Amino acid sequence: MSNSTQTSAPTETYNYNVVRQFSVMTVVWGVVGMLVGVIIAAQLAFPELNFGPYFHFGRLRPLHTNAVIFAFGGCALFATSYYVVQRTSQARLAFEPLVKFTFWGWQAVILLAVITLPLGLTAGKEYAELIWPIDILITLVWVSYLVVFLGTIMRRKMPHIYVGNWFYLAFIMTVAVLHVVNSAAMPTSLTHAYSAYAGTMDAMVQWWYGHNAVGFFLTAGFLGMMYYYVPKQAERPIYSYRLSIVHFWALIAVYMWAGGHHLHYSALPDWAQNLGMVMSLILLAPSWGGMINGMMTLSGAWHKLRTDPILRFLVVSLSFYGMSTFEGPMMSIKTVNALSHNTDWTIGHVHAGALGWVAMITVGAMYHTIPKVWGKAQMHRIDWINIHFWLATIGTVLYIASMWVNGITQGLMWRAINNDGTLAYSFVQGVEASWPGYVVRLIGGIIFLAGMVLMAVNVWMTIRKGSEEKPSTAPSVA
Amino acid sequence: MTTFWSAYIFVLTGITIAGLVGLIHFTRKMPGSTDAEETTGHTFDGIEEYNNPMPKWWLNMFWLTIIFGIGYLIYYPVGNWEGIGKWTSAKQLAEETAAHNEKYGEIFERFASIPVEELKDNDQAIRMGQQLFQNNCALCHGQTAQGYYGFPNLTDDDWLYGHSGAEIKQTIANGRMGQMPAWGETLGTNGVKIVTEYVLKLSGNSHDEVMAAQGEVIFSQMCAACHSADGTGMAALGAPNLTDNIWLYDIPNQDLATDIAITITNGRAGNMPAWQGILGEEKVHLLAGYVYSLSN
Ligand code: HEC
Ligand code: HEC
Ligand code: HEM
Ligand code: HEM
Repeated sequence: MSNSTQTSAPTETYNYNVVRQFSVMTVVWGVVGMLVGVIIAAQLAFPELNFGPYFHFGRLRPLHTNAVIFAFGGCALFATSYYVVQRTSQARLAFEPLVKFTFWGWQAVILLAVITLPLGLTAGKEYAELIWPIDILITLVWVSYLVVFLGTIMRRKMPHIYVGNWFYLAFIMTVAVLHVVNSAAMPTSLTHAYSAYAGTMDAMVQWWYGHNAVGFFLTAGFLGMMYYYVPKQAERPIYSYRLSIVHFWALIAVYMWAGGHHLHYSALPDWAQNLGMVMSLILLAPSWGGMINGMMTLSGAWHKLRTDPILRFLVVSLSFYGMSTFEGPMMSIKTVNALSHNTDWTIGHVHAGALGWVAMITVGAMYHTIPKVWGKAQMHRIDWINIHFWLATIGTVLYIASMWVNGITQGLMWRAINNDGTLAYSFVQGVEASWPGYVVRLIGGIIFLAGMVLMAVNVWMTIRKGSEEKPSTAPSVA
Repeated sequence: MTTFWSAYIFVLTGITIAGLVGLIHFTRKMPGSTDAEETTGHTFDGIEEYNNPMPKWWLNMFWLTIIFGIGYLIYYPVGNWEGIGKWTSAKQLAEETAAHNEKYGEIFERFASIPVEELKDNDQAIRMGQQLFQNNCALCHGQTAQGYYGFPNLTDDDWLYGHSGAEIKQTIANGRMGQMPAWGETLGTNGVKIVTEYVLKLSGNSHDEVMAAQGEVIFSQMCAACHSADGTGMAALGAPNLTDNIWLYDIPNQDLATDIAITITNGRAGNMPAWQGILGEEKVHLLAGYVYSLSN
């Protein structure tokens, strides 16, 4: 392989420009999205903070989810997938103009979201709120992304495709299908459309989409990230090739079935709920396969955790991944779901995945990538990375612990019965009991956000510092 | 479901589960991968891959969930297969409701024989009624039943639909929909303005005497049929008494004359849902007793 490198090196360099662009935007949207998260957390604790229609919880909430998932998470996936696919294929990104389009197109999607959501323009489907003209732009960007990624893989210099790229590719292809199918609609005006599906069918399509958004956007894509950055940062071989094959195929096959667990005890036919539950339980092992492969990769390198805060981010994110993918199958069991559904437990589960897994692994990956693509030896301040690590960990723990307490309290209060057969508590009493949890969650969120701000400063300083070395944009085996 | 779709579901489910079993089975025996700590020989950007065997406990967990899943789908329904347990969610609900009624029905029955007006003397009945109110009614009428813009105050002994136990029970059981027509087109801006002055006069608020006198003519022609000639309202229609200075549609912090003009121009259709089908006769009875007790 090193031979082919030698011959192609002079003419072929990696495209780091787009990686830099997406990396910066990852940090920017991370700060923005989580700031909106902190604002809506504050609004839930102190409802007086809802001002007027544009600054109301109901409109800021979808802004938060779109900004963190599609802006922050999306830019992180673009940045790392473009970086990883080039380095592991030893090939420059294919189709330069399309690459540019994916960056500017995606930023346009995000800006349009930031404008339309507070205006109250929405398609009304969770995680697919954007109105149809924006949906079309998303489709164009996404297809370009797929073409670039596939094109680059086809230009690879080795026979095999790296496991990280299987995950990225599965993520890109599936999200394209999910987006198109779930957003199918009949427009009635520029800003309004009717879903192509009706009633229960619409609900099932929505949660088939919703769960796979979790499974492919927030899981498969980030597993792709994990498969590069963990072995790279730990400087250890991947633990088991075999395990990666099994859990990859099992994961993508089984995720498709699990959406029914979002519709337990609803109008969805019993059998579809049952299948959703069963497949969610079976999903435990494939999910943990990724965690095991990441964790075991570190065997023999555990001592590095003491000195390398980037590795700490990666390892702790894997622990949260393991935790939330254990919690998810448990919550899919109907009797458990009867308690957890509609409570803050779900919110806790979401953020165990979102903060603990998605955000932490992204942060770790960015601290690794940013100095590389700007040609610096390392980040401006390593000790700040360490502080960020502790802020992120404490913030996440406060967030999810308070939501567990709230969720279980709510679930138990809603079902408590007096000895005369009436419900023991009114809904408002449940809200009152949740207030301390909302405040703790707000504090956790502020701490997490503080870490992101520190990261932004660190990234800024790193970029500004005079170059010490040239970015190694030439493919090489090392 | 047609046999075709049922079969479709069986086949897809079967292929997925069989595929998983096959996947585990064949990769476990993958050739050339018996030794731990031996890399596959691929290198990507410096990353190598071991081919360690998959952890035993993990494989066992995988098998266990698959076996559990198959067992579950034999016991519970998939497609047209009813499952050997013959479970349905509708049946579960019916059984749980029956068990609940069996356990607590007697308490509710005891109160059902006491007239609505007399329930107020029974502490337990009022406690239960209040509990039911908090969980079903408070979201519109408020925790203290004092109402809000568009939702009547139930504590002030001022009634749209009458104050007797039977009338209150009727309201709760079958719901109500007040129909105040829109007069904006018929009367025009000026018509609305003068009749508003008359309504202000009826309730003893400050008003323009000349306009009110003109408005009175319109009122007797257009409004008296429902609100009665003297403006004291009509319970059968839910037409409010306009002379008591208690307002259903009085937007907080907004001038009363403006609110009245909005009502007259656009009409109103307050909707009180029907609860008989949701809560059942006995609970409605207790609720009526509780609502009655609030002003008696
Ligand atoms: C969705 C909101 C809503 C809920 C829930 C609701 N109500 Fe009402 N209720 C109304 C409205 C609106 C009216 C006035 C109807 C009208 O304007 O004609 C009303 C009227 C009434 C009245 C008649 C008041 C009068 O002056 O005659 C009673 C009594 C009443 N509600 C009791 C209840 C009880 C008891 C419950 C709980 C089982 C309940 N309501 C739940 C909206 C609601
Ligand atoms: C068809 C019967 C009907 C006629 C005719 C009618 N109303 Fe009404 N009006 C009602 C009903 C019923 C309500 C209560 C609406 C509700 O509960 O939502 C009402 C409500 C009102 C209210 C609001 C009271 C409050 O407490 O906020 C005003 C003011 C009013 N009517 C004035 C008039 C005037 C003035 C006219 C004639 C121009 C008129 N109505 C004609 C049935 C009628
Ligand atoms: C500072 C960090 C964050 C804070 C304070 C925060 C806060 C919140 C709040 C208050 C809600 C609304 C909960 C409710 O309606 O009860 C929410 C919802 C949500 N957040 Fe966050 N969030 C943060 C970071 C993130 C990140 C990084 C992600 C994803 C990568 C994320 C994904 C979501 C999702 C998916 C929901 C919707 C959950 C549901 O509907 O069940 N959040 N967040
Ligand atoms: C094996 C893996 C998983 C399973 C089986 C699973 C299962 C579940 C269940 C049962 C719910 C609650 C549904 C409800 O009661 O409404 C849920 C909600 C949710 N989960 Fe997971 N989960 C898994 C992993 C994850 C991960 C890793 C993430 C994030 C990165 C995540 C994000 C979410 C989100 C965002 C919701 C909220 C959806 C909503 O808006 O209602 N899940 N999940």
